[in-house]
Amino acid sequence: MHFSIQNILFLLVAAAGFGLFAWQVRKIRANILVGRDRDMSGNVSERLNKTLLVALGQQKMFKRITPALLHLIVYVGFIVINIEVVEILIDGIFGTHRALSFLGPLYSALVGTNEVLGALVILAVAAFWWRRNVKKVRRFTGPELRMWPRLDANIILYVEVILMVALFTMNAADLKLHQIEGVDLPGAFPISSLLTGLLPDNAAALEILERVGWWAHIVGILCFLNYLPSSKHFHIILAFPNVYYSRLVPQGQFSNVDSITHEVKAMMDPSYQVPAPATNPDGSAMAPTPFGAKDVNDLAWTNLLNAYSCTECGRCTSVCPANITGKLLSPRKIIMDTRDRMEEKYNSPLIFQPNLYGTEAKHAEPEVLDKENHTLLRGYVTPEELWACTTCNACVEACPVNINPLESIVEMRRFLVLEESAAPNSLNVMFSNIENNGAPWAFSPSDRFNWADELYVAAK
Amino acid sequence: MSNLAAAGEEPEILFWVGCAGAFDDRYKRVTRAFVRILEHVGVKYAVLGMEETCTGDPAKRAGNEFLFQMQAMQNITTFEGYGIKKIVTACPHCFNTIKNEYPALGGNYEVIHHSTFLQQLINEGRVGVAGGGEFKGQRITFHDSCYLGRANNIYEAPRDVLATLDADLVEMKRSKANGLCCGAGGAQMWKEPEPGKKDINVERTEEALAALDGNAAALDGLLGVESGNAGATPAPRNGQQRSIIAVSCPFCMTMMSDGVKNKERENNVQVFDLAELIATAEGLNA
Repeated sequence: MHFSIQNILFLLVAAAGFGLFAWQVRKIRANILVGRDRDMSGNVSERLNKTLLVALGQQKMFKRITPALLHLIVYVGFIVINIEVVEILIDGIFGTHRALSFLGPLYSALVGTNEVLGALVILAVAAFWWRRNVKKVRRFTGPELRMWPRLDANIILYVEVILMVALFTMNAADLKLHQIEGVDLPGAFPISSLLTGLLPDNAAALEILERVGWWAHIVGILCFLNYLPSSKHFHIILAFPNVYYSRLVPQGQFSNVDSITHEVKAMMDPSYQVPAPATNPDGSAMAPTPFGAKDVNDLAWTNLLNAYSCTECGRCTSVCPANITGKLLSPRKIIMDTRDRMEEKYNSPLIFQPNLYGTEAKHAEPEVLDKENHTLLRGYVTPEELWACTTCNACVEACPVNINPLESIVEMRRFLVLEESAAPNSLNVMFSNIENNGAPWAFSPSDRFNWADELYVAAK
Repeated sequence: MSNLAAAGEEPEILFWVGCAGAFDDRYKRVTRAFVRILEHVGVKYAVLGMEETCTGDPAKRAGNEFLFQMQAMQNITTFEGYGIKKIVTACPHCFNTIKNEYPALGGNYEVIHHSTFLQQLINEGRVGVAGGGEFKGQRITFHDSCYLGRANNIYEAPRDVLATLDADLVEMKRSKANGLCCGAGGAQMWKEPEPGKKDINVERTEEALAALDGNAAALDGLLGVESGNAGATPAPRNGQQRSIIAVSCPFCMTMMSDGVKNKERENNVQVFDLAELIATAEGLNA
């Protein structure tokens, strides 16, 4: 252990890196909490179980085998490399070298696995880059993947390669340095041992290379950590709470609007006591909440958590029947719009401002609205998109991290119908048929039993 | 129901006919087929007749929560009045709404879709023991309804029912949890589709026809089907033979029938509901 200026520098860098990240996370948490309250407590074991299967176990990724395997490599690589990051942190703070080497054979296995995974990660990232930029897999080319999301996706891939290259530089230089000095380096280096030939034989140069690799790796990780909140890559953290707080009820069950229940009950039974409206802490009446959602703060906090968890993979959009057949609706766009709107409305906490990175042709041309009406609905999402939804739940089923775009779509439909009476005319006809005839078609209720006319039934 | 109640009797099940089952000319045939099966096996059932009213499903999907709750409360009042406990329906939309959305408004019932009910009758040996009948060896493909499948996880019951027909069952490329919507859910039934490249029911019908005809090349013309997925393509067959698209939902029935007409295949491809297939196989659909 030789404590030096390097350790003090490292402490400062690490504290700044983690501190900045904590600041960003706090701001994002605040953004999510502007959403409407929704009780998601309870069912802990069921939720944990689902988190283990879907988030940790990648269950839903395996609906598509090729990307699932590539993703699995990067994912497992990420987890194992994190153990090495712990070692780097210890070494950085205390001036030790390979602090975990006391683990012996386990350490060798760890470092060896890490090296193999590191190499595989580079290959997987190359495959991802090829799928995205050369093969142009259809779901990576939607119109909502404008300039920033496109750039973001590639930046993540480049950074992952840089981190792996730094790791191998560090290991290979360290290994060669020890070989020259004739000292045994703890650990197993199946990949780095192949790379030592590329490095100079000068011990001083190797020492510098090792330090460069070491610093590049940890500073790279800290920079990447602080890039995450601006990026779709934030899913590596939020996928877990997002799955944990996802719905446990059948997908076909849409939420109940309790305020309407009170009104309907009061209408049917005049003696029904409607609960008193919620009040502010000072006793004044709270501003009435609208039916449905016009802006991000009208959505539930889980819907907003969804938006920050989205990795823009487009599996939802690629199975959406409306999108497949060329309609404007794209569930991914609804989720991305929600996130963009949050960043716009609540002073983005991010270092990078995705909104500033240009808006190449958007899916539908949003209406140009005055400031008050520039909201999620109409400012970002057009009614045409919302009305194209068949509520078939294909997007919900497809999402690997249990995002529910359908819930947001229905909330905005509710606003259009209940607050603006802006349903398409044919739907208004359907509503009045139900009101007047008890059926969505214009048939008389007295004809309801006519089907039995052609049937011999003993007793009607 | 009112007659039974007046006589002081309680039915085993309430058969919820649904608006489509009561008013849609094509789906009335399904209602009758299902009633014939109920009579055949001697299940004591009742229908609400003129006391039935829309569950509110289309209103709720379209965002009209107020209208939905009005309808729901009205139906719950009717159910409570008769002490209803068990409800069977042939409509996945009615099934989903009564089963999943009425409890929040105070209506708790055992709700069964007719595919599950038929499966139970078959398992008990009360239906389908004769085996196949006229559908033996015919090519049938089942179209999953979103509100039965993804919405409520019912994938096997309709397939079990079809299996008793001893037919040649083929799966579409997109089936079960990956099934493609017929295009009518979410209140689309009552409006024109938004502009696009194609109507959803046409896309889905093309996929069904590709499965029935064993035409792998036709899949390439479909939108959003990833090639190289699992699922062996069935052997091609003579295009003139009669094939069947089986459905278990009135909306799917309408959409798939329209799709078959659109592709001008109604001379050799028919759309039937599970209840019709079973009733016909049992010789009940005279």
